[in-house]
Amino acid sequence: MLVLAAKRLFSMILIMVTVSFILFALFESDKFSVAGKVLGPYSSTEQREIWLEKNGYNEPFLERYLTWSLNAVQGDFGDSIQLKAPVADVLWPRLGNTAILAGLVFAFMIPLSLTLGVIAGMKEGSVRDRSISITSVLTTSVPEFASATFLSAVFVYSLKWLPGTSAMINGFSWAEIALPVMVLVLYGFGYIARMTRASMVEVMTSNYIRTAILKGIPYRRVILRHALRNALIAPFTVIVLQMNWLLSGVIVVEVFFAYKGFGKLLLDAALFGDIYVIEACTLVAVFVAVFSQFISDIGYTLLNPRIRFS
Amino acid sequence: MTDLANKPYPPAPGFLKTLISSLSLLRESPIAIAGFVLIFGWILLALLAPILPLYDPNIPLEPFKFPGAAAKDGGTYWLGTDHKGRDILSRIIFGAQQVLVWATLATAVAYVVGMAMGVVAGYLGGWWDEAISFIANVLLSFPVMVLYIVIVSYMGATGLNIVLAVTFASAPGIMRIVRGLVLDLKTRDYVFAAQTRGESTLYIMLIELLPNARGPLIVDASLRLGYTTITIAMLGYLGLGLPPPDPDWGKMISEAQPLGSFAGYMAIAPAVAISSLVLGFNLLADGLREISMKD
Repeated sequence: MLVLAAKRLFSMILIMVTVSFILFALFESDKFSVAGKVLGPYSSTEQREIWLEKNGYNEPFLERYLTWSLNAVQGDFGDSIQLKAPVADVLWPRLGNTAILAGLVFAFMIPLSLTLGVIAGMKEGSVRDRSISITSVLTTSVPEFASATFLSAVFVYSLKWLPGTSAMINGFSWAEIALPVMVLVLYGFGYIARMTRASMVEVMTSNYIRTAILKGIPYRRVILRHALRNALIAPFTVIVLQMNWLLSGVIVVEVFFAYKGFGKLLLDAALFGDIYVIEACTLVAVFVAVFSQFISDIGYTLLNPRIRFS
Repeated sequence: MTDLANKPYPPAPGFLKTLISSLSLLRESPIAIAGFVLIFGWILLALLAPILPLYDPNIPLEPFKFPGAAAKDGGTYWLGTDHKGRDILSRIIFGAQQVLVWATLATAVAYVVGMAMGVVAGYLGGWWDEAISFIANVLLSFPVMVLYIVIVSYMGATGLNIVLAVTFASAPGIMRIVRGLVLDLKTRDYVFAAQTRGESTLYIMLIELLPNARGPLIVDASLRLGYTTITIAMLGYLGLGLPPPDPDWGKMISEAQPLGSFAGYMAIAPAVAISSLVLGFNLLADGLREISMKD
């Protein structure tokens, strides 16, 4: 396992260096128009040149990249061009907001999807199975901004129960976070439910379950004690990988509800060409991607002793 | 003996015949038929758009007419008009053209690139595999959304850049699937036979390996078409989509969103349109998987 961790760590660092270098190079090719965004569309060429010169963007490319990466390793990601503040000051609160949102989504989505998946998979082809499967295809087919539209039409404009934005100006509010959570749970639960169902179906057709049923063990006990344990291995890995989706996949929801999260920060930075914010956000995203993959692999071996890493 | 050698091969079935027999396979799964009907309905609408009795999608007529309202010239705005007075039904149908064309093109390009990467990595192995797998891993650990936004915001929001972004995001996944399939297929006897005949590597890849990997790939392609549709609409929603004024479903939602309190119908129509098309692709994929499991 240590070998695997070391391997993963090495490839993560390699990927981070590659990715950050590519992003830096993209910015390099585009820095003149970024200067235009800072100084306004009517700024002259000389003004932009002066701005680039003053902020050190005309220093040799490699030298700047090296300085930045040395600082980044120590936790200093530079200053945001757009927000004129250290990136760290902006990044962590936003990441915290997204973590709150993601945590709530997980809290609702996991019990819901596992229960539905297990119920559907208990008896393949039954009415319950069919209806749960079709519901989950339906909900995963409605993209977040479409379901957000439908849910706002119902809860915001018709029933007037919930606010239409989640900017949280007066601090955290349950009413404001309800819709984003609903939208994400609705979109995300179908996938996990289907995975759980598939895995449950497979387990239910295996010999040891048939033996257990034939031995006369009560059906309830067969499901809870014998089937679930093996059926939940595959969904576990999928659930951990959903962390990745929740970090950057929520951009649309954050934009729709004006929620001040990580995704919105990244989108704004990308549209502005705010290079240090983009770099920091991407590195965080790559870290979460590789880390969740690692957790999912480790979890898989722990849950299923038949699998060993070579 | 010579008689047998000279006997002509039975003629290969024509393209149309193959198509019809593959389509009739769909009958085995009602889910696949439902998906096919949804997709085919949208394709038909998109194709017929120029000859259907529709208002021009980009010309302002009367703003904020509710669905079903009578138009000045005696016609009807079946889905109402938007804030600029453009007919929503017409924008939805012409928007279907955009989505279908770009989603298909983007998925096709991603498939060509992904299949090429996968078959080379899987068949040649060694350094080819190492290098291609590393590239794929870099791209896969890049969060998809970041990839889309960075590519489209740096290179400009045009159809071709969207194709490029989708290719970058999807090709690694396709590559992994194809690589896995090829690793299995290359141990088959017919591949050894081809190698013994002295066929070129390219021939083996294109004629022996890829056609035999098509089963799982067709299901995956249908799912991916759905994702790509969502992606294109989502980029449109975020303001990174196809350039205006041509109708774009995602953009229609983002334009309608601030007006939700009194013109909610403006956003509902495109949201239903996107969902139904994606549903079509997902149902088709599900049905195809079901059919392939039966065999």
